[in-house]
Amino acid sequence: MIVFLLYLTIFALAYVAYRFWERSRRHIHDFDSLKTVTFGDESAVSPNRFASVVSIIALFAIWGAFTGSVITPLHVPGPFVGDTSFTYTARNAAGETDDAVAHLRVYRVGEEVDLPEVSDQPNVFAVDDAVKIGAWRSALSRPNENDIGGKEDGYSLIAIDGQPIAPGETVRFSDGEITMTNKGSLSIKPDKGWQMEPIWLPAPEAVVSRLGEIASEGYKNFSLWEHLGYSLGRVLVGFVIGSIIGIPLGYAMGLSNWFRGWFDPIVEFMRPVPPLALIPLIIIWFGIGEEGKIILLFLAALWIMTIAARAGVSGVRISKVHAAYSLGASKWQILRHVIVPNSLPEIFTGARVAMGVCWGTVVAAELVAADRGAGMMIVNASKFQLTDIVILGIILIGIIGYGIDILMRMAEKWLVPWKGRG
Amino acid sequence: MGNLVIDDLSMRFDLPNGGSVQALKNVSLELAKGELLAVLGPSGCGKTTLLNIVAGFLAPTGGQVTLNGNKVTGPGAERGMVFQQGALFEWMSVRRNISFGPDMAGKPASETAPIVENLLRTVGLQDFGDKMIYELSGGMQQRVALARCLANDPDVILMDEPLGALDALTREKMQGLVLKLWKETGKTIILITHSVEEALLLGERLLVMAPRPGRIHKEYHLPFAEMGVGRDLRLVKKEPEFAERREEILSMIWDMEEEIMGRQEESA
Repeated sequence: MIVFLLYLTIFALAYVAYRFWERSRRHIHDFDSLKTVTFGDESAVSPNRFASVVSIIALFAIWGAFTGSVITPLHVPGPFVGDTSFTYTARNAAGETDDAVAHLRVYRVGEEVDLPEVSDQPNVFAVDDAVKIGAWRSALSRPNENDIGGKEDGYSLIAIDGQPIAPGETVRFSDGEITMTNKGSLSIKPDKGWQMEPIWLPAPEAVVSRLGEIASEGYKNFSLWEHLGYSLGRVLVGFVIGSIIGIPLGYAMGLSNWFRGWFDPIVEFMRPVPPLALIPLIIIWFGIGEEGKIILLFLAALWIMTIAARAGVSGVRISKVHAAYSLGASKWQILRHVIVPNSLPEIFTGARVAMGVCWGTVVAAELVAADRGAGMMIVNASKFQLTDIVILGIILIGIIGYGIDILMRMAEKWLVPWKGRG
Repeated sequence: MGNLVIDDLSMRFDLPNGGSVQALKNVSLELAKGELLAVLGPSGCGKTTLLNIVAGFLAPTGGQVTLNGNKVTGPGAERGMVFQQGALFEWMSVRRNISFGPDMAGKPASETAPIVENLLRTVGLQDFGDKMIYELSGGMQQRVALARCLANDPDVILMDEPLGALDALTREKMQGLVLKLWKETGKTIILITHSVEEALLLGERLLVMAPRPGRIHKEYHLPFAEMGVGRDLRLVKKEPEFAERREEILSMIWDMEEEIMGRQEESA
């Protein structure tokens, strides 16, 4: 919630700052800047690159600020770390009271620390205690255990730092709070601050260093490149087989009544079935090996490519076909020189969708069962609470998916420059 | 012997609701080589159907079309067609569009290239041969369409409102081009149009068709096409006879439209 409000604030501040800055340097006179009506004119809306950059910086800044990262100078308060203490007051069976000090050492989980040193001499009957607690954690302590007579009935803790306490009650001390359990022990919770614990959300640099580590050493018997390469390879093989069968099938459905009638029910039925729903059946039939995954991706790509090719054929203007016939072209020449090129834009659109779906499907299939792959990497890491690997994996999956789409768009621009201009 | 003979052509479509439409009824026509026939009529008079039958895209339900004594049974390279718009192949350059016909016939590029260059010059696109179709304006695209059709050297050119989508100025220029090509190549041309003025300017013969059933209503032999070759077409339009004819045909078509409307109101 706080994060969200902070994000909105940055959004608003950046916008105001940008408008202010823009007003002070406005001298461009391109067509869009001279429009007086821009609201509702979609063509006047283009992504503001300044906003994109600020958006990404803001995301990393918030991420860094809430994880105590080195990449941001400003952090939200972190958890208490270091030595602190509180004084407790106890009453023994004889009705006497005495104070003793509990010394706490709060350390970062993963570091080796010793217990703080304390004297073992009682003031009257209460003896000082030493406790170590991991940051963000809590510790259960029984200060009475080493006190003289501390285990007798009638002995009880009655105050912390002078504040009375009873079972079930909570009091604050200088660096955290203490709750007394029903059995009289103390649950000590040092302040957690606002930062996220690394097992929930590691700092950006932890993710980067993990990337370096996995890139050089690999993860679970396979290098990072093998994990990603296998995922990509499965997508490519599945997509290519799906296209090799799907595109001719789509053409046949677009050109022949019989093919259209025969395959229409199958295609229309399979199209709305999400490929993820096929995973269990694929595992039953083909097991968890490469074969099953490739068949799954093939099925994911097949229907999309079939429908794209069919739409490409239906999209041919009849006047183009008529023109080709009256120029003396044969059926085969019309297919090769008119129908195929005319359907390429549709097929490219389908290919972009299919690659996106396949990429999502392969990750999901690897989440379910795989010995290597991007999805396997993150699901395996999550079992060991290696959150940095999980986040790293998600980022890599996102980057690769985005990269695939950009490459497809570049290929489209290069191969079908006439798209949308017929 | 007539070059193109349309003999007692009838066309009847069945409708899904059980009825039928008589798109053409007993249309007969003979066209000598080198004649330019303009076909005019209100919408629904069957002029496009007529053209599609001559092109071989539709089989008539009665009668037949013969070209040089051969019966038309399907589309063929000897009957070239120019469409209103969007019939060019935008994945090919202008040059490859024009050479499409010869390429499909398997003619060697060395033989085709000079023909294409010549045609590019004829239609005034000599500097645009390597452009893509989508880089050209609508008028230029129609020039390519004319050149593409001529590259195949057809016996008859069928034009289905080739200038219908152009603005008035471009249209006027293109009308001049059509006349020029007609005279230079001596092709037989059938031109369908909605514009009475265009039909008068270009049609050496002018056919006015009437709807329901589609039939030939009246035929004119006109001097204006001959007059307009190589001249400013605006001068032709100023001829008193031109204005007279235009009024006559406009009111003829007007009456037909009125009659259709009246019939529709009756049945409604």
